[in-house]
Amino acid sequence: MSAETATPSRLTDAPGATHARTGAAGARSMRAVLPALLRKELLVELRTLQAVPGMSLFALSTFVVFHFALNRGTVAGDLAAGVLWVTLLFAALLGVNRLFVADADQGGFDGFLLAPAEPGAMLIAKALTLLAYLVVLEIVAVPAFGLLLLGPSLGRALPDLIWVLALADLGVAAVGTLVSAIAVQTRARDLLGPLLALPLLVPIVIGAARASEPLLAEGHVGHPAARWLLMLGLYDLVFGLIAYALFDFLLED
Amino acid sequence: MPALELEGLARRYGERTALSDVSLSLREGQTLVVFGANGAGKTTLLRVLGGLLRPHEGTVRVLGRELPQERWALRGQVGLLAHEPLLYRELTATENLRYHASLHGVAPERVEHLLARLRLAGREREPLRTLSRGSVQRVAVARCVLHEPPLLLLDEPYANLDPAAIELVEPLIGRTSARTRVICSHDPERGLAEADVVLGLRDGRPALLASAPDTSPAEIAELYR
Amino acid sequence: MHPARRGIRSRIGTAELAVATVVTLTAALALVFFYAPLEAEQGFLQKIFYVHVPLAIVSLCGFVLGGIFAIAHLRTRRAVWDYRSYVSIHISLVFAAATLITGSIWAKGSWGHWWVWSEPTLVSFLIVFLLYATYQPLRFAIEDPERQARYASVFAVTAGAFVPLNFIAVRLSTAYLHPRVLGSTSNLPGPMALTFLVSLVAFALLFATLCSFELQMKRTRAHVRALRRRLSFEGAASRAATSSRSAAPRLPATAPRSGGLA
Repeated sequence: MSAETATPSRLTDAPGATHARTGAAGARSMRAVLPALLRKELLVELRTLQAVPGMSLFALSTFVVFHFALNRGTVAGDLAAGVLWVTLLFAALLGVNRLFVADADQGGFDGFLLAPAEPGAMLIAKALTLLAYLVVLEIVAVPAFGLLLLGPSLGRALPDLIWVLALADLGVAAVGTLVSAIAVQTRARDLLGPLLALPLLVPIVIGAARASEPLLAEGHVGHPAARWLLMLGLYDLVFGLIAYALFDFLLED
Repeated sequence: MPALELEGLARRYGERTALSDVSLSLREGQTLVVFGANGAGKTTLLRVLGGLLRPHEGTVRVLGRELPQERWALRGQVGLLAHEPLLYRELTATENLRYHASLHGVAPERVEHLLARLRLAGREREPLRTLSRGSVQRVAVARCVLHEPPLLLLDEPYANLDPAAIELVEPLIGRTSARTRVICSHDPERGLAEADVVLGLRDGRPALLASAPDTSPAEIAELYR
Repeated sequence: MHPARRGIRSRIGTAELAVATVVTLTAALALVFFYAPLEAEQGFLQKIFYVHVPLAIVSLCGFVLGGIFAIAHLRTRRAVWDYRSYVSIHISLVFAAATLITGSIWAKGSWGHWWVWSEPTLVSFLIVFLLYATYQPLRFAIEDPERQARYASVFAVTAGAFVPLNFIAVRLSTAYLHPRVLGSTSNLPGPMALTFLVSLVAFALLFATLCSFELQMKRTRAHVRALRRRLSFEGAASRAATSSRSAAPRLPATAPRSGGLA
């Protein structure tokens, strides 16, 4: 779906106002509108603080719950990987729920649809926003995990763990944005988001937890097996493409 | 080339007919005023013309673009003033308008210019949720005309505006703006004064379609019975 | 034939499909009980394989088909593709539930547990089932029928793409635990292979019959609703307007509503 030439406007009253950065084609490219979209996301989140603090706090509370539920002072190996990824997953779902709420309730979709901006730009902006939420979440949650529950030292695991986190985050961002856009326009948006997202994110949990297992093991710290990283990468690619292809259909009325 | 050409436009909402058999033609620079009770289909019509809703039947040509095939080409050509301001409550007027300016490729200076014209300078750095409805409506007007669209779609534009504010927005969205306009109105007297062509909708069907001089306020009042 | 009736009947009539299904199912049952040899290790229980695996295969194909129909709906915006997508997914979900139940019975018989995590097919099915179980709640949570159909199609495509990825992921995660027993269909001796094939065809026909039946039911209901609308408050004026158009009924672009969950 390519946008065609926009007729040049008649400038009547504004002194020296010109249409900047449209170029010959008239449609505003991704590079032109993405900064504005991201800036808007950042501003709205900073003013309302609806997503990130909640996600981080939730993760910390979940670690405490795990301590009591598992009745353990420390976890290692596959148990550690499980606790970490379950916590990150459910905290991520909180962010997924909030992602499109402001736009749905305050006419953000219409405002975007009336502008000559490439439709995929909203998807990319939202996915990057969710990615940012996840990164901040992990900056809080992973050290907290190392402090509260992890038996072996976190430092040795960290370099490889960052790779696993990055790959997993990309997948969660792609699927989370798509699911959030679907759920936000439904009647039971807070319920349907997690309900749709959880099964879809199971492969990420599989890949991330299996990859993290050797990193969090007691004693000798291994490296994540390549197959899990490849699987995560494949998932990211497939769902990134699918989200990009399908998102436009969710925007229109 | 006519600014608007509708032939047998129909739009359903499930099994309910929101619009049916709407045909009209509007020249550039003319004003169409749409009357009708709540639920008659005025807002639906506006959203179809703005490219936000697909027509289910009939042909719709807006500014020479045929909908729904060419709706992407229509983006940026239309200014919509809806019931909701389409602005983020937590952001300030400046931030909202700069955001839309960036989406449309309009220079930031225009934002300042419009804010000054609408006497919003001074409150432009406060979140919109702290402003009065009238002020928010003025910011919405600014958003609507920011990119100087050839076609304005206005849903009860003068609601929430006091006479002083109406005077301020008049050159932007009123007759003197010299743009093609489609206005939804509940005010027969005022609406007729603005109109070149009048369309009356009842249950989604056109009950009245005439040029403004040939229409009387009484005929419009009939639509609401 | 009256144009209206021609529009409602599908090309291959439901009656023909139903007959074919009954015939093949009976044949399959006969083969399972009287022809296929008893398997050495598991004995009589193994025969559930002839039900469980075809159910699984048909169900998976149905889900993918639902995704393909959804792509068609998104590209053409014609409601008929949405109906087909909905029905495919709906029936596949039922088949998936049956797959889980038969798999569970087999697991209980073979390993003594009603559920085993070591069988990747079963586990994958559980995940897929949980995903598609959200399809109908999603549809019912969206009031606008056109948006409902569109969003459901987006979901169907996403879920359809998810199915193979999910199988890969789960297979990888259980690769090192137990050898696969349930799913292996290769290296089947002759009589078993024949029985399996017939059974597969039988269940595929059953799927097609159920889909055809449900589609017809929904189309008829939509037709009745359209007629009722025309006869109701719109009255004489609308009748005059519509009499000039063709006699074939135009079905509204409504999403199908399942009676069970309405």
